[in-house]
Amino acid sequence: MVSFLAEAYIFVLAVLAGFQVISKVPSILHTPLMSATNAIHGIILVGALLVVFSAHNSGVFWTALGAVLFATMNLVGGFVVTDRILGLFRTDGGGRSE
Amino acid sequence: MNGSALEQGFYMVAATLFVLGVRLMGSPARARMGNWFLAVGMVLALGITVVFVPHFDHMLVVLGVMGLGVVAGVWSGRRVRMTAMPQMVALFNGLGGGAAALVAAGSLPSVSHLTQWPALLTMVLGSLSFGGSAVAFMKLQEWISGRKYGGLWRGAGLAFLTLAVLWCLYAGVQARLDLMAGVTAMGGAALAGALLAWPIGGADMPVVISLLNALTGLSAAATGFVLQNPLLIIAGTLVGASGTILTQQMSRAMHRSLRSVIWGSHVGQTAMSTVPEAVHPITADDVAMMLRYARKVIIVPGYGLAVARAQLEVKQVSDLLEGFGVEVLFGIHPVAGRMPGHMNVLMAEANVSYDRLWEMERINPRFRETDVVLVIGANDVTNPAARTAAGSPLYGMPILNVDQAGTVIVLKRSMGRGFAGVDNPLYQDPKTRMLFGDAKNSLATLVRELEGIA
Repeated sequence: MVSFLAEAYIFVLAVLAGFQVISKVPSILHTPLMSATNAIHGIILVGALLVVFSAHNSGVFWTALGAVLFATMNLVGGFVVTDRILGLFRTDGGGRSE
Repeated sequence: MNGSALEQGFYMVAATLFVLGVRLMGSPARARMGNWFLAVGMVLALGITVVFVPHFDHMLVVLGVMGLGVVAGVWSGRRVRMTAMPQMVALFNGLGGGAAALVAAGSLPSVSHLTQWPALLTMVLGSLSFGGSAVAFMKLQEWISGRKYGGLWRGAGLAFLTLAVLWCLYAGVQARLDLMAGVTAMGGAALAGALLAWPIGGADMPVVISLLNALTGLSAAATGFVLQNPLLIIAGTLVGASGTILTQQMSRAMHRSLRSVIWGSHVGQTAMSTVPEAVHPITADDVAMMLRYARKVIIVPGYGLAVARAQLEVKQVSDLLEGFGVEVLFGIHPVAGRMPGHMNVLMAEANVSYDRLWEMERINPRFRETDVVLVIGANDVTNPAARTAAGSPLYGMPILNVDQAGTVIVLKRSMGRGFAGVDNPLYQDPKTRMLFGDAKNSLATLVRELEGIA
């Protein structure tokens, strides 16, 4: 259990870290950045699983199961697409992104 | 809900991997590794969540549904074309937002008096993103057209959302937020999202997609407050920050305020002369000669190039010119394409190396020393009125200063205007030559002419 205040701290620090890290991404990589962050919000799958596991009635169970499906597609699709995009970037020497 | 220190420890490792992964996205050479950091962090977080579940009867059902999601995700992710990337991102966005809203709805029976409020926030943000992304997807996929809806419809949608939220606030203060109130709020928000996204189209899409991305991220972060899970807060906030930054940058690059994008207050008609002054047409063989004997050439690709599917022809032209010893660079405007950075991906797909793809700030000083600029399917982002004509709707928009080069060759289908509906004085400039025709055909002819010279 984390207190609400601690959560607020985490949120504020995450905002600062997020702005720091993301403002350093050059515009050439904005599309992969967007599809990668797209995959990151697939983290909602963790939330969906937590709700499914603690479901006490079938309404909650099926609602959360719907969330599990959505979130899994979001997450997996996001990573696959990002990897594909980044695989296209290459240098003059023929070197590809690792 | 998740008490064990070990579990929290693993979540911390996952959160660290997320931040580092996004940091690695800052350089083209390491970005792919960054994506793997993110994926490993995700697998870790999911594995821990599943391992630490105390006792659960329907694990097989859940794993089965996840398997289905994996198959669907891999299938669609592998199959999508790079030009269709914006609608893919919109689709995943909508799924993420919808999932967040469902998670919050599913947790309503167990929320406390305090955590019901972030739950309400999640349901509203997630559903807004779901409705908006669904419409954005359909528009990008060209299933629905960008018809203008009167303010009445959108006002009605927002009023409904406001009422639903007020009702939820009332219900929450009186007793506890129940599922019925939650579902109404979700429906109202989804409807409002769809109505808001409906009239927005065309060149405004990069802004809208970024904004929806931010909404989905924030809804995931709000879920973290509901479930008291720091990892969700951190990951969701990262996405929210990314979406917010991109929204700002895209609005700035289009020289439009976010408000004018969302409310669709259209760029006003210009008072400039609409009488077509003389332009100077040119033929492909003349262009070929000009390019062949240039020292430095810059190619400016716009979305018209992707529409004409002429990326490979552009690459051929650039290869042939390099064979003649001409230095070729690509100047990419931030809003070229249908999502942030889209044009870079399309050129990378055509095998143009990324150290030739120069962003606007970097390439603008180079135009003065460039002999020939080839503008392909780009209009507003090259319009010098943005620098000079104080009365123009484009005035102040950051543009590529192509007019400072020795000669400008514009490949264009017709004399039609760009998205802003403004005349482009570049076309009447004495040093501009117009090569009319479909971009793919014009470039194919150019390739043949260049090969003929060789």
